[in-house]
Amino acid sequence: MALWARLDDVCVRYGPKIVMQNLSLDIVEGAITCIIGLSGAGKSTILRLLNGLKKPDTGRVFVRGKDITEMRERDLIDLRRTIGFAFQFSALFDSLTIGENVALPLRENTKMHDGEIRKLVSETLDSVGLAHVEERSPSELSGGMVKRAGFARAVVSNPAAVLYDEPTTGLDPIITHVLTDLIVKLREKLNGTAVVVSHDLESIYIMADYIAMLFEGAIVAYGTVDEIRRSPNPIVQQFLQGSEVGPIPI
Amino acid sequence: MKVFEEVGRGTIGAFAYAGGVAELLGDALRFIAGLRIRVRETLDQAFLLGVQSLSIVILTSLFTGMVFSLESANQAVSYGVGNLVGGLVAFTAARELGPMLSAVVVAGRTGAAIAAELGSMVVTEQIEALQSLGLSPTRMLVVPRLLALVVMLPLLTVLADIVSIVGGMWVAGVYAHISQESFITSARAAVPFDDVLKGLFKSVVFAVIIAMIGSYQGLQTRGGAAGVGKATTGAVVTSIILIFMFNFALSYVLFGSS
Repeated sequence: MALWARLDDVCVRYGPKIVMQNLSLDIVEGAITCIIGLSGAGKSTILRLLNGLKKPDTGRVFVRGKDITEMRERDLIDLRRTIGFAFQFSALFDSLTIGENVALPLRENTKMHDGEIRKLVSETLDSVGLAHVEERSPSELSGGMVKRAGFARAVVSNPAAVLYDEPTTGLDPIITHVLTDLIVKLREKLNGTAVVVSHDLESIYIMADYIAMLFEGAIVAYGTVDEIRRSPNPIVQQFLQGSEVGPIPI
Repeated sequence: MKVFEEVGRGTIGAFAYAGGVAELLGDALRFIAGLRIRVRETLDQAFLLGVQSLSIVILTSLFTGMVFSLESANQAVSYGVGNLVGGLVAFTAARELGPMLSAVVVAGRTGAAIAAELGSMVVTEQIEALQSLGLSPTRMLVVPRLLALVVMLPLLTVLADIVSIVGGMWVAGVYAHISQESFITSARAAVPFDDVLKGLFKSVVFAVIIAMIGSYQGLQTRGGAAGVGKATTGAVVTSIILIFMFNFALSYVLFGSS
């Protein structure tokens, strides 16, 4: 199995709070890896470590074999252009229309002509089920549509990997199902890697190739969906069953 | 001992803040020097930050010029030097009132707007979204605001100079019966063109202060809505304090011997 990325003995703290301690995790190339764990466990921080938005206090982060913790900002910018990032609240620029939001990485990072950009933006929005919304502003769309627009912006540059931060949180079951399918389809279309941070176990069971569970700053379980579901680890079982009783303190 | 600790912490914080602003300014100047400028965004910002400040700058400078003339004209006439009022008003407007007043007003309106907008973008992850797309927030957001203010604040200052002189002239005529001819002749004699240019140079420095402090405070926002409020207040207070400090320093350097 080729690796797309590796977190090696990573420690991260926010002020006095230790978020990750000697955390190691492999992200398999071409697979969907889902990261689960309690709220505030540091799942989103893993995504920010993977595209260099956050540097670990100690430890190393490798992406395609390159240590990005030592990279210059210039090189990190080049790296980020190869990684799509769909944010939890989509983070669309509210001063721009949906079309301008999706077109932004193409306008700023490529030499494509206006006509080509328009065509690609339209196709990408179409592929996430958002036809004819180019001229609308983010505030005019529903939560599910905004999420899909965020997906479109993340994948429009044809990235090698896409990072999804809580893609289905706060959405109704139908839209959740639509977005879950979309993540799988986009991964197949891009033929790349996806890392998904989520609490939504139903979606994770559908889309994940691998699941990693984060608890108290370390990965306590890693494996395929079946392996995780059958895990003897009481922490994993308590989390999957949503039980109040067990080793995870409430 | 606690007092010393607090003083030490405050000093370190002040140097860290100054270093952060200087680093951001250096970054912005690097993009400007490389002509990596977003023209449309800069023009939009010039309209939002400059043109939309017109009414508040006109009103504040008009009434300040009027009150300055009101206070000085009666006194000057009673001492038999009413012919100097025009010079006094114009001299003060070009050197101090115009640049300072427009800068303080713009800091209150525009500095706050910059900090609030960028702060909101931080808390809604839009800044991280820019970075994740391989785009520099400094180039995308700070440079257009800096350039817009550097162009618009001197223009607003020229307008403030003119409006305060005209307001002063009207009050001098109505309350102290100083003729327009006498007022204008005195104003022309008292203010060499050089002084106007020096006043405009001050406004360029103030524009840099407002844009950079607003941007830095905005980009340093932490927390939610409360953080944005704190950043906005901090931007206005810090900008106004720095404008007053730099105004003294610049007046000393530019006009110290005249």
